[in-house]
Amino acid sequence: MTDPLPGERLFSFPGGLRLRHNKKISCETSLAAATLPDRLYIPLGRSRGEQGELLVAAGEAVLKGQPLTRAEHDFQVVVHASTSGTIAGVVDWPSSWPPGRTHPCLELVSDRSDQAADPLPLGNWPTADPQVIIDHLREQGLAGLGGAMFPTAAKLRGDWPALDTLILNGAECEPWISCDEMLMRSRPEAVIEGALILARAIGAGRVVIGIEDQMGAVATALTRARRELDPDDTIRVIKVTTIYPEGGERQLIQVLTGREVPHDGLPQDLGLVCHNVATAVAARDAVIEGSPLIGRVVTVTGPGIRNPRNLVARIGTPISHLIEQAGGYTDDVDRLILGGPMTGIALASDDIPIAKGSNCILALVTEQLQHSQPTLPCINCGECVRVCPASLLPQMLFKAIASDQHELADELDLFDCIECGCCAQVCPSHIPLVDYYRHGKGELRLKDLDQRRATLARRRFESREQRLAREQSEREARRERRREKLQAPNEAKSEIEAAIERARQKKQ
Amino acid sequence: MTAARTFELAGAPHLPPTSTVGGVMRQVLYSLVPAVLAHWWYFGWGIFFQIALAVGFALVFEAAMLKARQRPIKLFLSDYSAVVTGVLFALCMPPLAPWWIAAVGMLFAIVIAKHLYGGLGYNLFNPAMVGFAAVIIAFPIDLSNWLTPRQLSPGLPGLGETAYAIVTGQLPAGLAWDAISQATPLDALRTGVQDNFSVVEIRDHPMFGDFGGLGWEWIANWYAIGGLWLVYKRVISWHVPIAVMLTVIIVSAPMWLLGPDIHPSPAQHVFSGALVLAAFFIATDPVSGCSTMRGKLIFGAGVAIITLGIRRFGGFPDGVAFAILLMNMIAPLIDRYTRPRTYGHRR
Repeated sequence: MTDPLPGERLFSFPGGLRLRHNKKISCETSLAAATLPDRLYIPLGRSRGEQGELLVAAGEAVLKGQPLTRAEHDFQVVVHASTSGTIAGVVDWPSSWPPGRTHPCLELVSDRSDQAADPLPLGNWPTADPQVIIDHLREQGLAGLGGAMFPTAAKLRGDWPALDTLILNGAECEPWISCDEMLMRSRPEAVIEGALILARAIGAGRVVIGIEDQMGAVATALTRARRELDPDDTIRVIKVTTIYPEGGERQLIQVLTGREVPHDGLPQDLGLVCHNVATAVAARDAVIEGSPLIGRVVTVTGPGIRNPRNLVARIGTPISHLIEQAGGYTDDVDRLILGGPMTGIALASDDIPIAKGSNCILALVTEQLQHSQPTLPCINCGECVRVCPASLLPQMLFKAIASDQHELADELDLFDCIECGCCAQVCPSHIPLVDYYRHGKGELRLKDLDQRRATLARRRFESREQRLAREQSEREARRERRREKLQAPNEAKSEIEAAIERARQKKQ
Repeated sequence: MTAARTFELAGAPHLPPTSTVGGVMRQVLYSLVPAVLAHWWYFGWGIFFQIALAVGFALVFEAAMLKARQRPIKLFLSDYSAVVTGVLFALCMPPLAPWWIAAVGMLFAIVIAKHLYGGLGYNLFNPAMVGFAAVIIAFPIDLSNWLTPRQLSPGLPGLGETAYAIVTGQLPAGLAWDAISQATPLDALRTGVQDNFSVVEIRDHPMFGDFGGLGWEWIANWYAIGGLWLVYKRVISWHVPIAVMLTVIIVSAPMWLLGPDIHPSPAQHVFSGALVLAAFFIATDPVSGCSTMRGKLIFGAGVAIITLGIRRFGGFPDGVAFAILLMNMIAPLIDRYTRPRTYGHRR
């Protein structure tokens, strides 16, 4: 049996939810650049291993687009100055994750001139070596703009069989978020060019751009751009039915190809790789314009925002600055969320800066939240089973974790849960299921870590024991040799004479 | 720059919940309204008394047990699960069953089957069926006193007479059991076949109606219509009812075709007794049933096969209650062996 080409025939995935989109209200105002804030807080990695070596010191003047760190391998993401100004230093600044905590950020005081460093385009990309393109994207700080911020270079090359297909994910599927739709509508040519660049980087002959079936304008714009820019006809634009979580990488792959990513593998094992459309645009800007990734489209929306809209914001812009430009909060605003309503992270403050993965700022109001929904026991109704896109048994996972049987949860494939929130959404007992799954995964990871630590400690102990035993036996062997020598008097005598002789020579 | 605004933290998802346990239970109750009205039409006022008694006792026992177990009383009473248990139990009671039967039934259903096992969500057995099993063993005579449907009856007991009979356990003067009651179609079939009559001969009696039993078949139809509405509203999934009905038909059809004299037709099986009620409303009880889709099919098929077995060989005319209780026992095991294949895993 030969598999159909990706996108040739559409498949479905189990479960999922049809949610109200609420995307229109943020699409009515056209895409515009946000004003520059006075101070930007550019998120750094938690460790040097995430963003590479820091290249600037406090007090140093930087230009817009100037690299601030250096990457040593593909898993490090280079950070660039989002505007020109002075580095004030590394500060611990409120962050989205872990919730309510801080994260190291580079504080950059804008000089308001927004003076750019020299652009570094890669003019010959259609003929360039793929490795050169990937190196270039790494230097320009590319990371997954869909939300996960996975280093783009690490997704483009690695130890896997040849890739034949690039899938661009334009199906954002979570309600309220419209940044990708607005980007595709306003810059369809950039999406197509970016697609061709990424396809060249991985050596794929085919590109499928998956968008939601309700994005009519996007399909038209992309198809027109494709006709102009894609002479070899490698790109196809496919509309997929809007069922949450269709925009999830694994679900989109299932819908477009009918195949499942192995639970212990990567999409690359199927010969394909999936990137967000915004990442493709960033790749295009990095290669053709020579400008690094220092900004992104952010949807600022929700019933708690006066004028919902999409803004192009510089990385490091505090959220409060964007909210101001969307008319500010309404009076009954109650919750601020980074991301969509299904998987987004509730924010403790609006000081938190925009990062490369910040696609949406959603403000919800009191009446929608119903804070005090009491939780009842699980009645085993099976609604969660029906909606789970990974075909898990969410209620059994919950019971296993709630009773501290984490190994059982592991056997029930807890780690295949994508935390999409469908189960919690439909639960009539209002059990915060996703919180339980996160807790369960954390416990299992901790246990795994403990186990690895224990193994390490045991190994250290054993090697120390071996070393001590070896030293002991060596000592004994030496003693034995000495004793043997003493027992042979002639030899001992000659040795003593030899020693006297050596001493005499030294004196002379 | 203005001072940062702070917000409360919360876990995802952030949308208002789409359903509540109370809402689900209320929908179940609404869907039973047509069948209750049909019951009243064929068998008189008794059903309203039975519902009031069973629900009343259910709520009293529920509140008492919640208090004893130090659980929030108002929260759990408003989940309507005790009401549903009471109504389902009442629908299985003969219209003139005396009040203490409801009391004993609810004692077993709410106190023993539900709360002693941990309350809502933790009961291994369907509470209404535990209650029914208890009273059919304790009060077999009272539970076999079924009224003759309106169309064949010389006159159904009136409101006052019904109340008198239920409160005192005696028929009021002027009424006699022989006049107003008759065997249920399933009873008549059982004893008829035992007395070597053929099914065709037995079914000559007008009580058998068109395909199941006069009155019974239309109550069953209204159960089915209410149940289909629940399937449409996605309160229950189609798996259990379809599995029950199909299995009954698949198992009984060949026997009926081979031996129409001793085996009732599939329609007779489906439309008599509590089969349709059980298929849509009792075997679909989520707590004591299966939660995987294949599990639900197996559960439904099991209920059907055991019911047919009890109807044919057992000591009770209808075996649905026992069939469900027996399947409740192995539901967790079925769930365990019918796990769906997780995304990205091989079987």
